[in-house]
Amino acid sequence: MTELQAEQGTPALDVPRTEAKPRRNRDALIALAVFIVLALLPMVFSSKLLLDFVIRCAAYGLFATSLNLLVGYTGLISFGHGMFFGLGAYGFGLMMQKTGVPIPVAFVATLAITFVIALVIGAICVRLKEIYFAFVTLAFQMLIHSTILSWVSLTGGDQGLRGGIPRPPFWGIDLSNHLHLYVASCALLVTGLFLMHQIAQSPFGYTLRMIRDNATRASFIGIDVWRAKLTIFVLAALFASTGGIIMALFVSGAYPEFAYWTISGEGIFINMLGGVTTFLGPMVGTVLLLILNDTVTRWTDYHGIVLGIVILFFAIGLRKGLMDFAVEWYARRRDGSGT
Amino acid sequence: MDLDALTGCLASSACLVTQTTSGFIIGMLLFLVAVGLTLIFGVLKVVNFSHGAFYMFGAYFAMSAYQLTGSFALAMLCGAAGTALLGLIFERVFMSRVYGADVLMQLLVCYAFVLIFDDVVRMIWGPEFKSMGMPAAFQVAPLFIAGGVVPPYYLLLIGVALAAAVILGLGLARTRIGKVIRAAAHNPGMVSALGINTGVIYGGVFALGGMLAGLAGALAAPVRSLTPGMGFSILIESFIVTVIGGMGSILGALIGAILIGMIRSFGSLGFPLFTEGLMYLFMVIVLVSRPTGLFGKEVA
Repeated sequence: MTELQAEQGTPALDVPRTEAKPRRNRDALIALAVFIVLALLPMVFSSKLLLDFVIRCAAYGLFATSLNLLVGYTGLISFGHGMFFGLGAYGFGLMMQKTGVPIPVAFVATLAITFVIALVIGAICVRLKEIYFAFVTLAFQMLIHSTILSWVSLTGGDQGLRGGIPRPPFWGIDLSNHLHLYVASCALLVTGLFLMHQIAQSPFGYTLRMIRDNATRASFIGIDVWRAKLTIFVLAALFASTGGIIMALFVSGAYPEFAYWTISGEGIFINMLGGVTTFLGPMVGTVLLLILNDTVTRWTDYHGIVLGIVILFFAIGLRKGLMDFAVEWYARRRDGSGT
Repeated sequence: MDLDALTGCLASSACLVTQTTSGFIIGMLLFLVAVGLTLIFGVLKVVNFSHGAFYMFGAYFAMSAYQLTGSFALAMLCGAAGTALLGLIFERVFMSRVYGADVLMQLLVCYAFVLIFDDVVRMIWGPEFKSMGMPAAFQVAPLFIAGGVVPPYYLLLIGVALAAAVILGLGLARTRIGKVIRAAAHNPGMVSALGINTGVIYGGVFALGGMLAGLAGALAAPVRSLTPGMGFSILIESFIVTVIGGMGSILGALIGAILIGMIRSFGSLGFPLFTEGLMYLFMVIVLVSRPTGLFGKEVA
């Protein structure tokens, strides 16, 4: 157990790459290939359930991966990241219901609103350390949740935004068509992951890791820690908001639960499940949690017990997420046989 | 928003007494839960996310004991003792395995138990709302203080909670065990080197915290409805209390709990839908101006 702990922090994957340009091209090619595979999937499996599953994975996956930019890369344990998921869903839903602007405009405007709110909240939060940061983000999340509940005339209160979100066609894309929505969600997911990966691999991304490992040292060598933390807080909020937008499109509405703190708790859980030291860990966690939720609820009424036991297995048994565990296991095996 | 109701109440002594009493009730229950939370954090450095479950179990234990025996005193005892035992087992078997691990792993173990405990309660007592009912001894005419209605049970509840606060405060400050606990909070390595088993202290503090939360649940059982998941809202509120008061400070927990109780009680008049929002707003204001809470010490 203790040797596992000692290895935490910087596994082999964290080595900076110098040849940034070819890597970016390679990443873009991989992203494109993944998108094409996902987009062609309905031709092979036409099950609506599968497409729904992938759309939900896109919404939660973007949210969880963006949370990991804070938790895993920067060491900022946010308990309120879900507020941006909710903000995306409500912002987009309201914009479409009340103003009738085209979808791309509403999309950009929602991100702009998220940007401003995240900047204000982040400027207050990132001054605080560790558990206090966690609590103040939680407080902001609940403040937004309470506002949604009490501003009934705008948000519909605890009933949520109902009556459906209008989805007028644009650029030949019709999001009220299930297949179009599926392809659009995949495109947003892949683009989001690609951009987040570029952020994580950039010099700025390595600055974040340094802040996580030793903030004092980082500030001694002239890094503006507050500014870097605020930047990643706002960037992560934008991707979480995108996840919320996909969710609003998917369920054609927005509900207070989208902004409740349990969304943030689930995001943290997804990260722990999948692993926080590999970029794709949160994606793996998302797929695992959604499958787990879907299957367990089908078999038993007491899915809390089953889910709880699975969490215990990860927390007490593995002590890390699945991808972290797999990567370390692979590295140890390779080192062992390489000599 | 209904500011007229609020100002109207502030002008009437009857309403003032009623709202202040109900604020105290909320505050005292919150204090009992929050003080356990703050104690566990102060000594074990663990944020016990499953603490609300002990409150819930306290209430259910008390209700079952009352239905079986018909004795109110026994019901309180069962609520407190049962959760103390539960806390001890939980700490020794599960929490002690993740000391020194990532904070996230500790949170995750607690989160797992929030899910498990809620389902266990649903299995044993069923998913519907339950009620213990007011014991016969307290079904007497309410007192009238300056025109305000105060049920006698409320006075008992406030009295018991205040007594627990005083005993706890004096116990930690004056007794030998209290000194050892404070020493363990400050420097566990040194305490351990002096030949004191820190595992026993940790288990004991967790049991004590669980007992206080269980007592709160038992005291609340006659006046609140019982439901699986009831621990959750009180957990969030007691987090707010500990954070406002300063994590690890008992006096802070007391002041924070009374403040939150009053905000809830009077806020429900003036801002019926935004009462919870007021608490979070207050928490944000406190944290932004004093990041370690009103009575918290800066931890290096």
